[in-house]
Amino acid sequence: MTMRGRLIATGLALAAVSAPHAQEQSSAPAQTQLARGQQVFTYWCATCHSAGPGMPGTQALQAKYHGNPPALLLQRTDLTPQLIAYFVRNGVSVMPLFRKTEISAADLDALAAYIVVTARTH
Amino acid sequence: MKLPPGINAADFQDAVRRWQAAVGAEWVFTTDDDVALYRDAYSPFWGEDEERVASAAVAPATVEQVQAVVRIANERGIALYLISTGKNLGYGGSAPVLSGSVVLDLKRMNRVLEVNEPNAFALVEPGVSYFDLYRHIEERGLKVWIDTPDPGWGSVVGNALDGGAGWTASPFRDHFGSHCGMEVVLANGDLVRTGMGAMPNSKSWRQHKWGYGPWVDGLFRQSNMGVVTKMGFWLMPRPQAYLSGTAGVYRSADIVALIDTLNLLENEQVVNGSTSVGNPIVGGPGAADADIAALLRRPGGATPDALEALAVAKRIPYWTCTVPIYGPEKVVRAKMDYAREKFAAIAGSTFTETDLLRIPLTPEQLERAHKVDFGVPNLATFSIGARSAFNPNPTNGHLWFSPIVPRSGAAILEFQRFYAENLQNVTGGENLGFLGPIALTNWERSLVLMIMFPISRDPKQNRKIRDAFRRWVQLAGERGWGEYRTAPAFMDDVADTYSFNNGALRRLHETIKDALDPKGILSAGRYGVWPKHLRKARP
Repeated sequence: MTMRGRLIATGLALAAVSAPHAQEQSSAPAQTQLARGQQVFTYWCATCHSAGPGMPGTQALQAKYHGNPPALLLQRTDLTPQLIAYFVRNGVSVMPLFRKTEISAADLDALAAYIVVTARTH
Repeated sequence: MKLPPGINAADFQDAVRRWQAAVGAEWVFTTDDDVALYRDAYSPFWGEDEERVASAAVAPATVEQVQAVVRIANERGIALYLISTGKNLGYGGSAPVLSGSVVLDLKRMNRVLEVNEPNAFALVEPGVSYFDLYRHIEERGLKVWIDTPDPGWGSVVGNALDGGAGWTASPFRDHFGSHCGMEVVLANGDLVRTGMGAMPNSKSWRQHKWGYGPWVDGLFRQSNMGVVTKMGFWLMPRPQAYLSGTAGVYRSADIVALIDTLNLLENEQVVNGSTSVGNPIVGGPGAADADIAALLRRPGGATPDALEALAVAKRIPYWTCTVPIYGPEKVVRAKMDYAREKFAAIAGSTFTETDLLRIPLTPEQLERAHKVDFGVPNLATFSIGARSAFNPNPTNGHLWFSPIVPRSGAAILEFQRFYAENLQNVTGGENLGFLGPIALTNWERSLVLMIMFPISRDPKQNRKIRDAFRRWVQLAGERGWGEYRTAPAFMDDVADTYSFNNGALRRLHETIKDALDPKGILSAGRYGVWPKHLRKARP
């Protein structure tokens, strides 16, 4: 989704999995779910929440927290799947809410697992 | 379960069951939580009784499913509201105009059906975003550009149908104007292809717009006459080079000669990029200058003469005009030389050029660029309202007041006076956080003078914004300046300003609506077109 591969480079790091929706360490379903979560993040989140200029989500979180917690979602160890789901389904400030035709319930679970796992292994 | 207007629970439940059979149970949304996801995040009525909300949503994935959903709705007279990607933020998002409508969500129809490089066209479904089409082209290494509006997550079809515009060369940045051919499901479920597409086995549906007989594509722009399920678009061959120049003048009155020169260059098709008109003395570097700020704060504001004196002394142009040119390098350079000569005829003017950029840009060049000028979708525009060091209190969205104004310096000066003279009256002296007016030249022969209105979650503040918006619509309408596009909350207000000959155009729209959609099931109220049973009595 991002134009020139500006995503934060993150491995899936399955050995560290402990998110509620990805409990089965190194299992095929967990890998599949995290891979799907990465796709969802890339498609829907990375265009506002990556590093670099022109990223309103990162800009807003930096202005709000001044680096503590970090402005990049993939470095946020304090985010729970429930909190991620809340913001996806309710929006905040200029970020709108996302419908199930955009991010399905299963995709939201995968997205949350991906963010949580990636942040913990950052 | 909320019910659509005029529909009883048994009939609605029967329709829901049939929709589930047609599209799959998981793609019919009826729970409060799921339906709430269709709220307009930028609604100026957020949390108030007047907020426009859906009763349910149905998301077909194929044309046949769209036909089935529409037929079921038509049998019962159930109001549907059509969205493509639902990202028309500032213009209603995914919420209906008529509360209780069932949203027909076309996001799942997300196939890029064809991109043809030699003939430079695409055929897409309504759920395809600018990001999707861009990625499709990039992955295949095709040498064609898309034209994207500022937010890249919107629908290529939806933006064109809503009258949106972008930032690359003309004619591609007029999104409806650059379409070629449509497929449309009518309210009775019938399937129509326009232009050459009406011919079975047509080979030129995406290459010749007009077909044979009356051209009907315009019926489906900013309207509610049918469900567009496919649309062709002409694409821009990837240019070899890009060069931009900026002319500046120091006298207020020189805006007349500046715009006349701009018009000549665009109408001669010398300048093909999205031009812009700047007012640096107050809106650019001048805004940061202490002497100019002090002048603007004086009772009664600054006179043009006083501003001119500072403009000359500080070498800050009163007005600027930026002219980007796309094309082969030799042609671009020759065109820019010609543009420079034309602007030089304005006494005391300046002219500067950027470095010529060869396409494709390097990653470093693109990083620094206004990406949409190079057909690259992104979401950077949301930085305007998002929290930042300069904006510690972010908004919850925005509305655009965007009247079409003639392409002349006199019109810009008149609008500037109009805005200054009426601002106090419209706002009651309160700072409501307007941004603008900003002069945009998206369309070749007109100007858009946009004012951004911030939206919050405070009903009291939103009420002030709504009142101010309606007042601007009315005041601008009295001058003959009509909005080109607006949010559902103001669609009737704007339609009221297009009232020549006792509203003859609206009456024509209603006649067509009644013929094509007699039960009024499609997007009731969109752009002020209501079905017969919901029309308000008018004098």
